[in-house]
Amino acid sequence: MAPTSDAVAPGSRLPEHPDFLWNNPEPARGYDVLVVGGGGHGLATAYHLARTQGVSNVAVLEKGWLAGGNMARNTTIIRSNYLWDESARIYEHALTLWENLENELDYPVLFDQRGVLNLAHSLQDVRDSVRRVNANRLNGIDAEWLEPAEVKDVCPILNVSPDIRYPVLGASYQPRAGIAKHDHVAWGYARAAAGLGVDLIQNCEVTGIRTSGGRVTGVRTTRGDIAAGKVALCAAGHSSVLAGMVGLRLPVASHPLQAMVSELLEPVHPTVVMSNAVHVYVSQAHKGELVLGAGIDSYNGYGQRGSFHVIERQLTAALELFPIFARAHLLRTWAGIVDVSPDASPIIGRTPIAGLYLNCGWGTGGFKVTPGLGDCFAHTVARDEPHPFVEPFGLERFTTGALVDEHGAAAVAH
Amino acid sequence: MQLIPCPWCGPREEVEFHYGGQAHLSYPTDPAALSDADWAEYVFYRDNPAGPFPERWQHSAGCRRWFNAVRDTRTYEFQAGHRAEDDRQVIP
Repeated sequence: MAPTSDAVAPGSRLPEHPDFLWNNPEPARGYDVLVVGGGGHGLATAYHLARTQGVSNVAVLEKGWLAGGNMARNTTIIRSNYLWDESARIYEHALTLWENLENELDYPVLFDQRGVLNLAHSLQDVRDSVRRVNANRLNGIDAEWLEPAEVKDVCPILNVSPDIRYPVLGASYQPRAGIAKHDHVAWGYARAAAGLGVDLIQNCEVTGIRTSGGRVTGVRTTRGDIAAGKVALCAAGHSSVLAGMVGLRLPVASHPLQAMVSELLEPVHPTVVMSNAVHVYVSQAHKGELVLGAGIDSYNGYGQRGSFHVIERQLTAALELFPIFARAHLLRTWAGIVDVSPDASPIIGRTPIAGLYLNCGWGTGGFKVTPGLGDCFAHTVARDEPHPFVEPFGLERFTTGALVDEHGAAAVAH
Repeated sequence: MQLIPCPWCGPREEVEFHYGGQAHLSYPTDPAALSDADWAEYVFYRDNPAGPFPERWQHSAGCRRWFNAVRDTRTYEFQAGHRAEDDRQVIP
């Protein structure tokens, strides 16, 4: 049978793979700002330094290839349904920027606002979810509480039978949430930053941070020393290793976080489904793979692989919620390294070393904030004062006690 | 699945164990003398090395006892294990 005229083949909207979008310059002797880490956060920060803050003598240093770390390993979910005001503000700022990002970068990032369901499986889940929906609405964030039948309307392949081990008692729903194509987000920022004069330097691992009189003066790298007026750390799971180079201890633990994809399938899954209690989250990528995420592995690790039993539990939960997945073939699994802070909120801002700025501790949720963090961190670095949206997330909160405790509150467990 | 060497029960599968984070942390000997920064250090700050890491594990589905081990966080390989109450190494 011929396809109907309005049928859209999976992947048909994907742009061509870029031949090259940026140059590969040799590192100069010095820069006004060095951004360490060429993932989404580093690239977005460099872009906003040049575009918004007028600081164009900037280099991004990446130890591997651009966006080859966590940026290539996440499940690309974007949402802003966080409980606390401080979190809601920065994530909603990011979501607003996502909504205009293709225009901003003049590049397709395939931001697709297909909505996210966060399932509730117990009475306590229901109460927590309804509370979060109300908190979201007070912050001007779109959120609804859906009963099981309404959940089924949004996602028909979801099993809402009361007979399963952890039945779906309802869900919070954020219609403006969605997914984007992670590679294209990175390429779009890289292309735009390079066009504004930012040097993107790959295969350049930072091996030391140079200071003088309590002030940062540059970095040592596998491609020689590079001087800098300011150094901005955007190295996600490896932030402890970098900060340790200047004797700075961070309250984060690095853990493997696993994800996996299935073979390509016809469009079956219209939204994003997350379940905190049984810990699996599923969406269908633009090309057609089912993308499944899990919770973090319990132990500290830098190995970019995780435990098999985590995959087993995640798939058990996925199959109970989505019986239709039973015959799908798994293509590959992998892990990223996430840095989890004690209150499950990020750590952003100045450090005790002048000119050294910290952006870490995003745990499992760094991708969704990429445009917002880039904007606010660039402001923080360029002006040497925290942007109001990131001010609550300073390192000093662990001493003052002003924590932003999103553990269990933000619709996902760490 | 990774086998973890319990000092009492021998090597058992990873799912039988509960992770307890960094080892050898002791409660402050003079709590009243601690500053806010000292308390922050004790409560929130832990080592997070890429390499050998002394940590605590509990054989929660077996003997239920805690022990200390040194594990490389890059390879996840257990290099040494100790019973918590003595420093006798059980993994060569």
